[in-house]
Amino acid sequence: MSAVVNLSNISKTFDSGTQAITSLDLDVRDGEFLSLVGPSGCGKSTALRIVAGLIAPTTGSVTWPGGKPEIGFVFQEPTLMPWRTALDNARLPLELKGVPRADAEARSKQALARVGLGEFGQAYPRELSGGMKMRVSIARAIAAEPKLLLMDEPFAALDELTRQALNDDLLKLAREDGITVIFVTHSVYESAYLSDRVVVMTPRPGRIAADIAIAQPSGRTAAYRLTPQFSEAAGKISSALGHAMAV
Amino acid sequence: MRNRLNYIVPVALGIAVLAFWQWAVTHYQVPRFVLPAPSAIARSFVDDHAQLAAATWTTFRIVIEAFVLALITGVALAILFAQSRIVELALYPYAVILQVTPIVAIAPLLILWVGYENIDRALLILAWIVAFFPILANTTLGLRSADRNLIDLFRLYGASRWQILWKLQLPGALPYLLGAMKISGGLALIGAVVAEFAAGTGTATGLGWTITEAGNRLHIETMFAALAILSILGVAIFFLLSALEWALLHRWHESAISGQE
Repeated sequence: MSAVVNLSNISKTFDSGTQAITSLDLDVRDGEFLSLVGPSGCGKSTALRIVAGLIAPTTGSVTWPGGKPEIGFVFQEPTLMPWRTALDNARLPLELKGVPRADAEARSKQALARVGLGEFGQAYPRELSGGMKMRVSIARAIAAEPKLLLMDEPFAALDELTRQALNDDLLKLAREDGITVIFVTHSVYESAYLSDRVVVMTPRPGRIAADIAIAQPSGRTAAYRLTPQFSEAAGKISSALGHAMAV
Repeated sequence: MRNRLNYIVPVALGIAVLAFWQWAVTHYQVPRFVLPAPSAIARSFVDDHAQLAAATWTTFRIVIEAFVLALITGVALAILFAQSRIVELALYPYAVILQVTPIVAIAPLLILWVGYENIDRALLILAWIVAFFPILANTTLGLRSADRNLIDLFRLYGASRWQILWKLQLPGALPYLLGAMKISGGLALIGAVVAEFAAGTGTATGLGWTITEAGNRLHIETMFAALAILSILGVAIFFLLSALEWALLHRWHESAISGQE
């Protein structure tokens, strides 16, 4: 399977002297759902920002075999502009790219509809619940039709039910559009449910401790959470994580 | 019901105080030059209306000009500060010095420089100095408070500095700016009147001068009339700016949520 991005020997030391990542090698394959799991402060977010090009690595290189694709980014907070309606928030990437307004509006409307907020285009963020705000954030990320979606603990602040609903919707969207996803989380169960592959990282400075492939049942649904395969995957990730923490 | 009480209670109190004042002055035969009765002050409004109107216009014009000038220069400088750390490091201390030096102390020097023949311009500059700083300080803070993640998102989509400023930092700074405008509006009025006092009599013709003049001639009711106009001006400025704040923020900003939607 071809790689979307290769990270080779990446390390990052911040100006403060904190070493966030050390010698990280990672190939992200086209179309896969990859989770980065690790304890807080293990450099997962830093790795994501390096992939996005928002910060430069201290050493190592990020290469794009097929050229740098359109990238979407979803943060832990919904990170919406409170003075803009849901629709105008979702429209931002297209607007910044200079897409004509009518076209941008139609596409962001469609993105909102796909996350189940078709009726809420004119609502301001403060009128929406936490889960709905996160949906707007996802709509914004997919409005520009990215090939690679980077997500930094996007559902960590949500309640369990909302989180599971969003997990299912995210899987569906990623599959429909053939989007490659790099998903940062510290939830073992979330990564076991969502991922084709889980990369476990050590505490700071972050390195890869384990690379676990998860068998893909077709049409993953809520019922999957009750299967032995799910328990087994979660168990593997959990023990790899425990191992990584102990080193 | 509660909304109506908000108006009825203070207005009722005001009327009661005025009535008591009128009664007390008449009953105890307080001399006119110590405390004039409300009716005498009302008469002064009628008798001196030409002088008061002219003075009000003079002061009002200076306040508005100083306020608009403070708004433009404050926001412009704040944008410059947000764009360049070096400019901020260089200029901010001087803005603070300008702010903390008492306006009354600067006034004589400034009037000397600008010249007594241009006294209005001196008053304008003094009122501007007082009104300028809150706008600068708050807008700078607002521009700097933009969500780091949103800035990252803008950069991810290739936004220019100008786009980040215009679409992210300025809208985000708006609540800060509007708060500062309410403070600066009041300060511009204070600055204009204080500057007039500092300029002395015979040169300026605004409400500050009216108060000094009337005081010298023991026309205490005219002093009260000018004072009342100043209060009304101050309150009007505050309400106008509050209305502007509401109009611009009530759809989206937390401060505007009244909890009765």
